[in-house]
Amino acid sequence: MLQSLNARALLVSLVLLVVTLGLWQLSHESPEVDTEMTEYERLMGGADQEARVPPPSQVIGLAVEELSNPFYDAGPNDKGIGIQLGYSIYRVLTGFGLAALLAIPLGFLIGMSPLMYKALNPFIQILKPISPLAWMPLALFIIKDSETSSIFVIFICSIWPMLINTAFGVAGVRKDWVNVARTHELTPMSTAFQVILPAAAPTILTGMRISIGIAWLVIVAAEMLVGGTGIGYYVWNEWNNLDLTSVIFSILMIGIVGMLLDMALASATRLVQYQE
Amino acid sequence: MTEPHFLEVKHLAKRFGTDHGELTVFDDVSFGLDKGEFVCIIGHSGCGKSTILNVLAGLDSPSGGEVYMAGKEVRGPSLERGVVFQNYSLLPWRSALSNVEFGVRARFPGWSKSQVREHSLQYLHMVGLKDGAEHRKPAALSGGMRQRVSIARAFATQPQLLLLDEPFGALDALTRGTIQDELLKICTETHQTVFMITHDVDEAILLADRILLMTNGPFARVAESVKVSIERPRDRTTIVHDPGYYPIRTHLVDFLVSRSRELSERDDAVRDAGHSREARAQALAPVDVDPAAEARARAAGEAPPEALRTLHSTPAAAPLKAVNGR
Repeated sequence: MLQSLNARALLVSLVLLVVTLGLWQLSHESPEVDTEMTEYERLMGGADQEARVPPPSQVIGLAVEELSNPFYDAGPNDKGIGIQLGYSIYRVLTGFGLAALLAIPLGFLIGMSPLMYKALNPFIQILKPISPLAWMPLALFIIKDSETSSIFVIFICSIWPMLINTAFGVAGVRKDWVNVARTHELTPMSTAFQVILPAAAPTILTGMRISIGIAWLVIVAAEMLVGGTGIGYYVWNEWNNLDLTSVIFSILMIGIVGMLLDMALASATRLVQYQE
Repeated sequence: MTEPHFLEVKHLAKRFGTDHGELTVFDDVSFGLDKGEFVCIIGHSGCGKSTILNVLAGLDSPSGGEVYMAGKEVRGPSLERGVVFQNYSLLPWRSALSNVEFGVRARFPGWSKSQVREHSLQYLHMVGLKDGAEHRKPAALSGGMRQRVSIARAFATQPQLLLLDEPFGALDALTRGTIQDELLKICTETHQTVFMITHDVDEAILLADRILLMTNGPFARVAESVKVSIERPRDRTTIVHDPGYYPIRTHLVDFLVSRSRELSERDDAVRDAGHSREARAQALAPVDVDPAAEARARAAGEAPPEALRTLHSTPAAAPLKAVNGR
């Protein structure tokens, strides 16, 4: 009898995985052909009339092959999955980092000053719901560089959750703690760094975690648009090549990298978490 | 005019604008504190005790009146006035030790790391936090322990005036007792000047040299200054046997039960009578009382001492008659 909840959950997960993969694999098997193939059919390689999604066995085979040599570069249309993911991660981290540099100080300002909150709120409310991809044509026109434009798109979509969470976290710092800073004659700078920042850090980190999740969603679409390099471009390129095995493989890789980014931010959040 | 006190509170007032016009929480609050004195303030909820303490701390600004400490006007918070809040106000992401160090570093910016640590540990040990408890976060400490840390932080910054806002209000009776003992011990050792809000009459008698009594709000004021003439060092188990204890206690309870309300009504009449500012201020000034001495005098068959007679012939009695006779 498995006592631990984790162990039992793992067992259920494994069963679900095996059942799903098994059904997928089985559904791929073409039906038995009982009649002799015509000459035409033989010439066509006995192909099934209906195209089928490649089975998991093929995907796993490709994954082993790709991951054993992830960083090869054989020209613009044939780069290793590691290189493609690397481009995407670089763009996400750059756009996200620039957004954090702007959003966190600005969020501090909005959170501290009711005036700035009221003054900036209409802009935030209008800009926030805009799909980041809608900025793409404007970005391409102004920046005139597809790579920088995709970084800009990441930047613009990462700003909002960080800005709003920072402002919310800063505005919600308990008045008692601010009073502690005041009675100890802390300068505004010391108050910001020693009291408000640690107090608001968990909320700010939660905003950053939401942002990086959105950024990773958006980069795939952005790279499909601008092309060239990156995992989004890779997916679209393999679709154009009708290589569905690679498409499924890269979908999985997008999921895994997204999970790792989220886990990194989650553990950073745990570092600054405190219990009241 | 007598020599100014170490802390002078003069005609302090606090008014709030509400939907139904202006609300005056307290008005003409005047009192003084001498160096080394332990003064408690008691009054019903809503009379503005906490606001007075916040004004003394510099966290709140009054609508009228002034506060002077050591001759200088109090404007804004200062490390010279340490505050212990009812809800401890510890920074939850810092350990107990780090919370005290936070205060010490702010107070002595030139000190080395080891100096700050040593000083902080000394004060934590003084309030009874040791054996690893000093490295725990506030969330891992009991309410009593947290308040000890908060008291250690305040004492470690060595303020000229210590302000305590109902520091034991959220603690159970047993814990409250032990921390009161420790506070008593520390104050005796350090001759700290303390201004403390409490709701507990017995606590006030145990700790205070003087107890300020406030009338009910709105228009609350400090009506009486009750001297606790019970010898120090005091002890919670024996203090009740002091002949002065019950006279003081009865006086305080009597004030809280009936006189605080009666005085509020009388004050209204004084204000409505339209006296000059000076006459009114004089009528509303706090009265010195010494119930323990009065009881001793009565037991000895003597006339009550001077301080007590003032209670029964307050300057306010005259304006009151004038109002009634109108």
